[in-house]
Amino acid sequence: MKSTLEGFGEGLLEAARERKDLILLHADMDAVPIIDPFVSNFPGRAINCGVSEQDMIMTAAGLALGGKTPVVLSWSAFLTTRAFDQIRTCLAIPGLQAILAGTHAGLSAGEEGVSHQMNQDIALMRSLPNMSVLVPADAASSSESVSLSLDHPGPVYLRLGADRVPDTCTDRNADVRAGSGRLLREGDGITICACGIMVHEALKAAEILSQQGISAEVIDCFSIKPLPSQQILASLRRTGCCVVAEEHNLIGGLGEAVASLSASENPVPVRCVAISDRYGQSGAPRELQEYYGLTFREIVGESAQAWSMRRR
Amino acid sequence: MKTAERRELEGLALEVRKDIVRMTGVARSGNIGSSLSLVDILVYLYWKVLRIRPEEPHWPARDRVVLSKSHACPALYAVLANRGFFDRSELWNFRRLGAMLQGHPEMVRTPGVDAPGGSVGMGIGIANGLMLASGFDGLDSRVFCILGDGELQEGSIWESAMKTPDLGSGKIIALVDMNGMQMNGPVKDIRNIEPLREKFESFRWTVVEADGHDFDDLEGAFALALKRADEGPSVILARTVPGKGFSLAEKGLLGYPSSPMNRERMEQALREMESATGGTGKGEDL
Repeated sequence: MKSTLEGFGEGLLEAARERKDLILLHADMDAVPIIDPFVSNFPGRAINCGVSEQDMIMTAAGLALGGKTPVVLSWSAFLTTRAFDQIRTCLAIPGLQAILAGTHAGLSAGEEGVSHQMNQDIALMRSLPNMSVLVPADAASSSESVSLSLDHPGPVYLRLGADRVPDTCTDRNADVRAGSGRLLREGDGITICACGIMVHEALKAAEILSQQGISAEVIDCFSIKPLPSQQILASLRRTGCCVVAEEHNLIGGLGEAVASLSASENPVPVRCVAISDRYGQSGAPRELQEYYGLTFREIVGESAQAWSMRRR
Repeated sequence: MKTAERRELEGLALEVRKDIVRMTGVARSGNIGSSLSLVDILVYLYWKVLRIRPEEPHWPARDRVVLSKSHACPALYAVLANRGFFDRSELWNFRRLGAMLQGHPEMVRTPGVDAPGGSVGMGIGIANGLMLASGFDGLDSRVFCILGDGELQEGSIWESAMKTPDLGSGKIIALVDMNGMQMNGPVKDIRNIEPLREKFESFRWTVVEADGHDFDDLEGAFALALKRADEGPSVILARTVPGKGFSLAEKGLLGYPSSPMNRERMEQALREMESATGGTGKGEDL
């Protein structure tokens, strides 16, 4: 078990070996274990910008304008909020290539409390035209996300967690890109779309649902924008109902993206397991997951509800 | 500076000023006060300082200009057109749907625009990144960042200015168009940014002062800033007059800075500019 942050670090090293133009910028994140290996492998290609996210994004934009590929790392809570204007004006509007890695996202900031637990970042980032949003579920997927982001035009927001997570992405050779989903389990009773830590919960829920006679299809929607729309719609046509599970506020995340897709293309019941428009508090990440109802149990419950209203 | 050289620059500045009046007049909007104050600075920069190739706007080794006070883009557009980056006729579509020349610069649309803008306070940070990039590539490009005095109220300016001296080799020269005015009135009355020299010096920048409408003074200021560039960043504090060259704008009688020009005002401005310089311009009517 590794965190998606650690997986990102591995993918970053691999990408930096191939791409000499890749420059890492971070906002005083030396304590994060992925910085040291990068600095020792690529001296001179990591810049500690200090506690100044706005300057870091503007510097990244300047680097991108000068033909470099900046990869920016900071706490998701501060990267996406403090520097939102810079992200919009300097990177998203001109569509410059950059990776924005926001770590300690969601409940993984745990004991740090509400200010550090970022559950609105997906909403902020996916509202920007030209911006893509990837939310890897495990370390391997996170590692791969670096190259997927570099193969994709424009800026990409990569949402990372600091807490260790189980491996969920079993098919290492799947042909994925930004805009595709990973089909982790086939079924025709209900579609479960999940991202990040909720993918593991979705797989557990699918196991329980199968014992109850509901065959769940589980899609790892790691690419929230662009959304794997055709794959989701094809699944909805088979199942006629859907549950979306995400470690994010109910507003503006994967749930709304899938619900909106379904509403316009193939209206079926879509129910969401997400944080119900409230802020968190200090606690261990796993405790918080229980407290805020982000476990397989809620997915099972919502699935039963959605299944009872299914439209085929 | 030789008299003939100064005359030439004054003639170019007159053409640029008239184009600013025409384009904001046709568009019936655009920040004329902040554009006119910047004209002489940009003319000196684009005709005497910059290493650029208008026919090859993406030439990798070019000097870069970051217009941080991007609301003054009419001045930049008029300079770029007169410097040959694109056809002057584009100026008359300023701010129109589908136009190359947007209300605030959009770099992907406009040849010669090197950096995104529109939200102020971002120029020094972008310049820092551009300088780093040219350092990685071993290029000798210089980065010029044009700031307004009002936008120095943005905290992000100082975040970036604090960083610049530590970025190692590279040449960043910032210039503040000190026209003393911001949207709602005098900068000193709204949020006083002084003492500015001491602020930049305490941030480890070399400070050079100049009259932003005097080409001899600008020549000396740019020469000094460039000479010092290897030692660290320099900033030229250029004293200017808002709306320079158009009496109504200089006196602040246009009201709200973006208040629309009209035919009458446009003709008055063009007449004033022609007569003040003895009619050295092309006398083109619009």
